[in-house]
Amino acid sequence: MAHNSMGLEVVRSTAASRAALGAGAVLGVVAASMPFWAESSWMREFVEIACYFIFAMMWNLLAGYGGMVSIGQQAFFGFGGYAMLMLGNFAGVNPFVAIPLAALATGLVAVPVSRIAFRLQGGYFAIGTWVIAEVFRLSFANATFVGGGSGTSLTALRGISKATRESVTFWTALACVVASVALVYLFLRSKRGLALLAIRDNEVAAESQGIAVQRMKLAVYVVAAFGAGLAGALYFVGNLRISPDAAFSVNWTAFAIFMVVIGGIGRIEGPIVGALIFWALNKLFSDYGTWYLLGLGLLAIVVTIFFKQGLWGWAQQRWGWALFPTSRQLKVTP
Amino acid sequence: MIEVLVQGLLLGGLYGLFALGLSLMFGVMRLTNTAHGDFIILAAFGAILATSALAWSPFGVAMLLLPLSFAFGYGVQRWVLNGTLGKDPLPSLVVTFGLSIVIQNGLLEVFSADPRSLESGGLNLQSLPVGEGLSVGTLPLLVFGVAAACTLGLQQLFQRTALGRAFRAVSDDREIAELMGLDARKVYALATAIAFLVIALAGLFQAMRTTVSPADGPLLLLFAFEAVIIGGMGSFWGTFVGAMVLGLTQQVGFRIDPGWGIWFGHLMFLAVLLVRPQGLFPKTRG
Repeated sequence: MAHNSMGLEVVRSTAASRAALGAGAVLGVVAASMPFWAESSWMREFVEIACYFIFAMMWNLLAGYGGMVSIGQQAFFGFGGYAMLMLGNFAGVNPFVAIPLAALATGLVAVPVSRIAFRLQGGYFAIGTWVIAEVFRLSFANATFVGGGSGTSLTALRGISKATRESVTFWTALACVVASVALVYLFLRSKRGLALLAIRDNEVAAESQGIAVQRMKLAVYVVAAFGAGLAGALYFVGNLRISPDAAFSVNWTAFAIFMVVIGGIGRIEGPIVGALIFWALNKLFSDYGTWYLLGLGLLAIVVTIFFKQGLWGWAQQRWGWALFPTSRQLKVTP
Repeated sequence: MIEVLVQGLLLGGLYGLFALGLSLMFGVMRLTNTAHGDFIILAAFGAILATSALAWSPFGVAMLLLPLSFAFGYGVQRWVLNGTLGKDPLPSLVVTFGLSIVIQNGLLEVFSADPRSLESGGLNLQSLPVGEGLSVGTLPLLVFGVAAACTLGLQQLFQRTALGRAFRAVSDDREIAELMGLDARKVYALATAIAFLVIALAGLFQAMRTTVSPADGPLLLLFAFEAVIIGGMGSFWGTFVGAMVLGLTQQVGFRIDPGWGIWFGHLMFLAVLLVRPQGLFPKTRG
């Protein structure tokens, strides 16, 4: 908080946000002890939903803050998975160490990819990124050294016992979730975050204020790709088997869009609420197969048309809730 | 060599039919319809259902399908998509993407995942001999002709009719056009309705030429999109030529290795984006 001589104060945190931070810390500690008391099916479920959540978080950063609506983020999810697998199987790197390395590699790949993707804007950017993801899928499907179209298994974890593997995977997933929430939160609270919000609201005006719009967009694209690669690498460490159709499925992005839109785009709480709702719906209705997916599609349409801000946005407008405040509010001090 | 060229151009004709509707909707209202391919598949299944239920010829089914599709497109735009238009592309993308998932799973529920095709009364087996040892299928030739006719028709519609003038006006500046007495919501609905006529034709021919299954839509969308971008936005002839380029590239790719045909098409699209992002034949408005 900063004071100045005019008796004005910039307020950044709220009572709710401080409480949320405390509750989050307690939850994190409780979760970290899960391998000692929880069933292994719970941990597997946590790892899976963690991957969906991290991926959705990064889609939210890209679309909700960067204004770049992509339907091709599965390119980076799958690439992260394959990079982890190749590092583990061929280079002999421990797969858990390979997870952050694969994410870094994905971030690097995003730089040349952005040169092509940024030629398109708006809706055309969305479909263009989808084509790029298809190029990734078809390329890996024709690469025989990773099993071609039918995929391959992660053999690097063979020597490790099942209990150890599951516990370490769980802890890694938990660390990735905490790290990616912190990364996005701190990024958005920083000066760069402010620049990003300015770009989202009006690109031309932001540029005229001296913000390097193109560099900023590239930074967001690379960070989002890094996060998507992280989620992909993590997912396939938990899954032990990868195939191009699973790794580069458009469903990853479809579910991310669903979570973000339902929860509320352009706010950190959005993907959290969205992931919880998605998890609950999945638990209750996924046995209905096609009807379940049809329902998800309809729900996304209805929410987009009637609740543009998503559920959390609606709650925020109504009650002023903000668990992760990124705004700066000016208050006059007496 | 000649055979690859002819096959590629004929395939391009079909892609032209896929692409014209997308080009039209984007041109008039900057709407990217991510359910475009799924609407084509929906029309294809509609035609298959009508043929088996009524036992009509494909021509009769087309006469039923076209007005239905026109009305459907009008309704979708008027009551669903119009509410999502604006500076932010997100709402329209999410809604059309949601529609895509609804259509795919709805078709899967009703028709199962089995591929089906439309009985064309032997049309897909006939061919016309052209020169020494080369013959061209009647159906692909018909598709090519219809695609060229649609392109010509849309171009003429935009350049010469009052409706085309209204399309260009709302595309250039919606607010000024409304001040001049146009109802943009109705103009948009008419544009989508016309796009859906082409979508119905595309679905009909796709089902006759090969098999269709509920999950085919996204790939057709990508082909249509690539044709539009390669050709350059804002010109129907550009889209038509873009479709030819895509069809040719894929055909050459298939000849080299069947596993790489589509990949080659995607690469051509990326190369055009990199070298000539405005497309081969850009026009501000045609």
